[in-house]
Amino acid sequence: MNGVHDLGGTDGLGRVVVPDNEPVFTAEWEKAAFAMFSMCFRAGFFGVDEFRYGIEQMHPAVYLLSPYYEHWIHTVEHYGKAKGLLDLDEVDRRTQYYLEHPDAPLPQRDDPDLVAFVEAVVPAGAPANRESDKVPQFKVGDTVTVRADSPLGHTRRARYIRGRTGEIVLAHGTFIYPDSAGNGDGDAPEHVYTVKFTNEELWGPDAAEPNGVVYFDVWEPYIEPATTTGAAA
Amino acid sequence: MSEHVRTQEEIAARVKALESILIEKGIMTTAAVDRLVEIYENEVGPQLGAKVVARAWTDPEFKQKLLADATRACAEFGIGGLQGEDMVVVENTADVHNVIVCTLCSCYPWPVLGLPPNWYKEPAYRSRIVREPRKVLSEDFGYNLPDSVEVRVWDSSSEMRYWVLPRRPEGSDGLSEAELADLVIRDSMIGVGPAASPAS
Repeated sequence: MNGVHDLGGTDGLGRVVVPDNEPVFTAEWEKAAFAMFSMCFRAGFFGVDEFRYGIEQMHPAVYLLSPYYEHWIHTVEHYGKAKGLLDLDEVDRRTQYYLEHPDAPLPQRDDPDLVAFVEAVVPAGAPANRESDKVPQFKVGDTVTVRADSPLGHTRRARYIRGRTGEIVLAHGTFIYPDSAGNGDGDAPEHVYTVKFTNEELWGPDAAEPNGVVYFDVWEPYIEPATTTGAAA
Repeated sequence: MSEHVRTQEEIAARVKALESILIEKGIMTTAAVDRLVEIYENEVGPQLGAKVVARAWTDPEFKQKLLADATRACAEFGIGGLQGEDMVVVENTADVHNVIVCTLCSCYPWPVLGLPPNWYKEPAYRSRIVREPRKVLSEDFGYNLPDSVEVRVWDSSSEMRYWVLPRRPEGSDGLSEAELADLVIRDSMIGVGPAASPAS
């Protein structure tokens, strides 16, 4: 989808604000919001690609103006509703209750399995590489062009690289394909490559900063053999 | 799709409402939240990446391993896992400066840097660092690079997690590996600044 989340190259968003010291979590609610990613992943709400797609479907104004971890709440609600795991009317009712009683306690429940899950998943991770017998169609050194059409649904093919030509510099093997998994259609592994684009190719000779390149990872269906010569640095 | 921008109080109440339901459904517990938070507040953070960088600065053979397969090299330290299942380290030199971003969301190498700072996830950095990296580094981070240094921006669009091996600072000869690790600040591994200079 052509969403507001696809920020690369957007102008006018202002300075980067860098505080001197910032805690890992800047509000108490961020801690529970952060944990919901892992816990709801475990409970089958979403895979990581669906998780991202849920965020991408936020209202664009809210996306730009809300604190980051609130995005995670939106995707928990999106998939909770879609998969019948959450009743959003009940969420609304309880939100009103906690607004009126902010210090009311949470229900308490013990489950050693959940703490054990946390201890296990942090060091083990959730790898996205997947075995596949697909033969790679490209190799390091190939010049390729990113397909320029605008897919509906979830994709990692950012707008600023569409139609641009670059050189493959790394080949990583086969991984879950976000354009499938993010849209609820299974892992469908594809080869992943890193493509190097010159600033001139991405932004044109007038706007490009000198002596620079951008590296972007693409899944094989994103690219085709070069259809343009591309801009040299 | 609501277009209401919530206040902090409204967000806190909504999160608490969700959490209460998820607790009742057996999906969450406050103990699991506390443990996860403790890990990323106290155990997994840029001090881990700093140890790896300090080793690479002092052991050329390890540095080659790190650049060839960062995931495997970090595993020698017991470092790896969530959001760093497949890592790639890129090296800064006298002629090349690297910087990382995720323009589409907030991908970041958690096992070596911990959770990302807010500015890394916010629209200004994500939109501008691919388009005008020299300007962002100079104006917002106070880091000026001459045009003779090539700027390489790594947009973490796949599940590969990139991070930067900064240059070893001048005047750090003779420091121990632990002393060197103290110079490897978070921003130097994102690529928005150099490693710290040794105190004179």
